[in-house]
Amino acid sequence: MLLTDEKIKELAIKANDIRQSIIEMLVEAGSGHTAGPLGMADIFTLFYFHILKHDPKNPSWEERDRVVLSNGHICPVLYAAMAHAGYFPIEELKTLRKFGTRLQGHPHREYLPYVDTSSGPLGCGLSQAVGMALADKMDGSTSLTTSRFIYCFMSDGELDEGNTWEAVMLAGKNKLRNLIAIVDRNNIQVEGMTEDVMPLEPLQSKWRAFNWHVIEVSGHDFQMLNESIEEAQAIEKPTVIIAHTIPGKGVKEFEKNYKWHGKIPNKEEGEMALKELRALRF
Amino acid sequence: MLNPKLKLNPKIFNSDVEQVSIRKGFGEGLLKAGEIDKNVVGLCADLNESTQMNLFADKFPERFVQVGVAEQNMVTVASGMAAMGKIPFCSSYAVFSPGRNWEQIRTTITFNDRPVKIVGSHSGVSVGPDGGTHQALEDVALMRVMPNIDVISPCDAMEAKKATLALVKTGKPAYLRLVREKTPIITTEKTPFSIGKAEIYWLPDIGLAQVGIIVTGGLIHRALLAAKELETEGIKTRVMNLSSIKPIDVDAIVALAKECKKIVTVEEHQIAGGMGSAVAEVLAQNYPVPMEFIGIRDLFGQSGKPDELIEHYGMGKNSIKEAVKKVLARKL
Repeated sequence: MLLTDEKIKELAIKANDIRQSIIEMLVEAGSGHTAGPLGMADIFTLFYFHILKHDPKNPSWEERDRVVLSNGHICPVLYAAMAHAGYFPIEELKTLRKFGTRLQGHPHREYLPYVDTSSGPLGCGLSQAVGMALADKMDGSTSLTTSRFIYCFMSDGELDEGNTWEAVMLAGKNKLRNLIAIVDRNNIQVEGMTEDVMPLEPLQSKWRAFNWHVIEVSGHDFQMLNESIEEAQAIEKPTVIIAHTIPGKGVKEFEKNYKWHGKIPNKEEGEMALKELRALRF
Repeated sequence: MLNPKLKLNPKIFNSDVEQVSIRKGFGEGLLKAGEIDKNVVGLCADLNESTQMNLFADKFPERFVQVGVAEQNMVTVASGMAAMGKIPFCSSYAVFSPGRNWEQIRTTITFNDRPVKIVGSHSGVSVGPDGGTHQALEDVALMRVMPNIDVISPCDAMEAKKATLALVKTGKPAYLRLVREKTPIITTEKTPFSIGKAEIYWLPDIGLAQVGIIVTGGLIHRALLAAKELETEGIKTRVMNLSSIKPIDVDAIVALAKECKKIVTVEEHQIAGGMGSAVAEVLAQNYPVPMEFIGIRDLFGQSGKPDELIEHYGMGKNSIKEAVKKVLARKL
């Protein structure tokens, strides 16, 4: 179903709030990753405020969709989306990466049971999502009317990992229609551009060769993203949504510069970024 | 004498003692576990028959996942299945799982606290002719160093079956270590087994023992043969089956050390980091006594017959006897 203009405006405002939270968290934490979380803010907003079947007041609700964040280092966007959705107080975001926090530098289920898996080390999220989807398939709960979906958020850089492709192969073999992977195609990784470090293209045909349905879409267009997810839900095989995102999206200084992958803003840079985000009108 | 309370196989010392591979005990245990609990699922990396998971897979094809030659995927997929309430058993050769996929096990199973059971068959040099690449000698060290995981190395097929069934109910990660070759049946249906508990299989007819021999895995038969011969030579020993390496039975180990004042450990694994090291950690902190270690001395294995390799690497009956005599001669 098409999103109304009103809904799109609401999502855009929420995504901007989440971006501001990300900047505030990172400045306070003094370490972490900037570009990835900002780039994925629109997608996480769409999921936590429109797509996901979930209940922040009852996080362990059995029928909820499952979320696997494979590239755990972008967790500031996950934490911010969860806090804004009501899983825990927004104020708690300031504890990111500090001793005793529930918001570990990379998500750890022991500290924050609301996440469906602990993650960080790259390349093993998709496998876990495949396992979840397989388990549901075994239980016969994958029909269109009764199903929950398993969503796996992953980075393009972690497509370098062999384990990722082992999972891709198994999902294709088992025609896991309840599995939807979202690749953050921001073209950067720690050491530079993905096509320089380890070329991934032609990416579409790689996934397709393993019997996946492939959709390529802008990661900042709510309408198109929503349509592509609805398309993925209706297809009888696993789908990968290759979402083209702008790393650092929302703050001109951070956009498209791979150096902001693993760097965080200092206090002044943070103020500048917040000022820029607060000035945006939707 | 054999501990009469434990209902051990009375034919242990007969030359025609029944021999069954420990991996077969796992296969039978998993089949039974599948019948008892519908949440039990099996995953294998193209070694279904070798690891004896085929018994389960044939009976429950809808609960079996063939992942192909992809051990890293096998355990991470299992983690996801466990997140949905399944109790996954993953089997391969121990060199590949938990060897090749150690970090995946750490991140997605032990750190993530998901009740996945890693089953590593073909451990030790007794793998034989396949040679050093396929003989896992480091797996116990790799697994026991991690929080949240139990490490079990059964002494025979019967105990492997019991261990498999027990692991279904723990609700936490586990590593189950298996051996390829047939080994003598030591225990019976009635012999007690519980995770975290060590048992004394051999003890003096009267009086105190002079040396405690602690064994894990299939080498227990050689240790019992050694104990019997030592008795005729006037040396009294106790032989402990420490199949549960983690959690480790601190009380039983300390009690054994207090009685004997001398300990020998026996395992088909590197001495560094293995069961003997775990025992040494317990004793150093609680009741230090002289120790000798039977195991692999910082070497890789090679091709050969299982028995000749066990002899070559100093883990046979006579090596155990020599170690007992050596530790007996040492002063505190």
